[in-house]
Amino acid sequence: MPFGEQGIRKDGAKLEEKIIEITNLKKWFPLRTGFLSSLVRRELFVKAVDNISFDIKKGEIFGLAGESGSGKTTTGRLLIKLIEPTSGKILFKGEDITLFPESKTKAYRRKLQIIFQDPYESLNPRMSIEDILSEPLQIHGISEDKEILKKIYEVMEAVKLIPPDEFLQRYPHELSGGQRQRVATGRALMLSPEFIVADEPVSMLDVSIRAEVLNVILELRERYQVTFLFITHDLALARHICDRIAVMYLGRIVEIANVEELVKEPLHPYTKALIDAVPIPDPTVERTKVVIKGEIPSPVNPPSGCRFHTRCPSFIGDICRTKDPPLIEVQRNRFVACHLHSSEK
Amino acid sequence: MALLDVENLTTYYSTLRGYVKAVEGVTFNIEKGEALGLAGESGCGKTTIALSLLRILPSGGKILEGHVKIDDEDILKLPEDDMRKRIRWKKISLVFQGAMNAMNPVNRVGEQIVEAIRIHEPKVGKKEAYERVRKLFELVGVEPSRVSNYPFEFSGGMRQRAMIAMAVACSPELVIADEPGTALDVIVQAQVLKLLGELKEKLGMSLILISHDLSLIAEVCEKTAIMYAGQLVEFGDSVSIFKKSMHPYTQGLISAFPSIRSERTRMISIPGSPPDLLNPPSGCRFHPRCSYAMPICQKERPKLLNVNSGHTVACHLVNKA
Repeated sequence: MPFGEQGIRKDGAKLEEKIIEITNLKKWFPLRTGFLSSLVRRELFVKAVDNISFDIKKGEIFGLAGESGSGKTTTGRLLIKLIEPTSGKILFKGEDITLFPESKTKAYRRKLQIIFQDPYESLNPRMSIEDILSEPLQIHGISEDKEILKKIYEVMEAVKLIPPDEFLQRYPHELSGGQRQRVATGRALMLSPEFIVADEPVSMLDVSIRAEVLNVILELRERYQVTFLFITHDLALARHICDRIAVMYLGRIVEIANVEELVKEPLHPYTKALIDAVPIPDPTVERTKVVIKGEIPSPVNPPSGCRFHTRCPSFIGDICRTKDPPLIEVQRNRFVACHLHSSEK
Repeated sequence: MALLDVENLTTYYSTLRGYVKAVEGVTFNIEKGEALGLAGESGCGKTTIALSLLRILPSGGKILEGHVKIDDEDILKLPEDDMRKRIRWKKISLVFQGAMNAMNPVNRVGEQIVEAIRIHEPKVGKKEAYERVRKLFELVGVEPSRVSNYPFEFSGGMRQRAMIAMAVACSPELVIADEPGTALDVIVQAQVLKLLGELKEKLGMSLILISHDLSLIAEVCEKTAIMYAGQLVEFGDSVSIFKKSMHPYTQGLISAFPSIRSERTRMISIPGSPPDLLNPPSGCRFHPRCSYAMPICQKERPKLLNVNSGHTVACHLVNKA
């Protein structure tokens, strides 16, 4: 290893160790159609994730942004093997997890965890906080009470449910939304995972308490070097949390960049549109934005060529309609899939 | 004279466990052609205010006190019949929260808007009403030929546009939009917001924009009212509220909002969570979460004080200064 010690350097720069590498990942959900139409027509698919490739470095918070229906959540679920991909590879520390048999998968689940969007639904209302937190350990064969309790205390302190004794015997309905989401975060932490998918972890929470969950995520990264995939539709939020970010549109990745660069100087017209659409909490800022028209098309029949060409304000001609732009590295560590940039090269 | 004058509005919901003090002593006003943003976290009484203004509270909800004057007429004293014939939709209309589900799924979209028009303006014939719906669709940016579609054939953004068309169908003086951006994607949300702003200019109507998202309010509203736990804590023109806010809650709420334009910072949260309105805290309802709380905050409810022309704050800190 040319870098010596692993992990994060003081200045925040990360060493280039990849924890997740995905290549040509696809997830097509078959569309249920009637018996008769299935005889005449070919089978239809919702192309939720359609040929994406990217990698996530150890210790980073990698953002995945896009509108609903862009395939963010499907990608997150694929990465921790909650669903099987249609095709493509997912390497976790060099091993392809899509090839694992069920028996070997369980061991991997310890290292890959998820925090779901809605803490009002992701916690069993009939289990106490102690039960919720100890369940993952029991499933993975750790049954010694002392050991479990020790871990619970450690985790509860990490997610700032302090003092732990005050929360252990409570039930989810006795907690606020922010506290619930921290319990869900704690549950994901119980098995000391290396990689956590956070699927819109604060979108259901009130604004005044969002920061407490986000700050916990930032601290966990510092403390345990956990890597996060942070799924969000809110670019303003992503900017304050993520290191790098990938923007998805209709099952494809259109741009990957360092978050600062992406926000300050978006290369893909869709990224620009997304950033322009974010409302600014300051009435004195001059509004010069152009709002693009239309809505995201159906992923069953995505537009030909570049999928964004039907709404693109910088449409440059036939090439956009006919040729699918590949995701290419236009500057160091900046990837974009757009003919505006590929023609320049 | 203000178009709408709300004074000391107090609305409770009676439940088996007691009264939910959803809105208490709320006072604000809107001039003609002005947009007011009503902001606050979930459960702070924003929607209850909207329902109170139209007097369409669900059973159990009751307006106990206060008056709501539109064009100097107290509509809380009007008989129900007058309310329906003269006020609702003709003077005040509402874009309901959750446009996704606000329409009747088994009726065509056009039909539902025609129904709204003809209930409030019985003299209008069916044909004329349909003609008006087509014009409204054009105004809100939906293809007029789609009046005969069912709601499920509309996308989320189009349904929201249709709801807005319905709200302006009888040229009201005031439109209340309850969380018009929620459940929509950022780009569609920006489109809807832009539409509301344009309609306000074009039709010269006033607007109340209810949202938990301060940034939406900063985009369109000249005035902002901040609610906390059923009470109005700060009210004034948007620039004063966003730039020179005086209430600790407003300040906390604003700093909890990440801006895409600002430098990357550690986000700040307000400790604790909003109270249960069955048993709200005594005195200032924000005192358990307030880092500036003083002994008096527990005992006495702070009055709304005028600090600068039109900028009012309910906080003992300001009182003292």
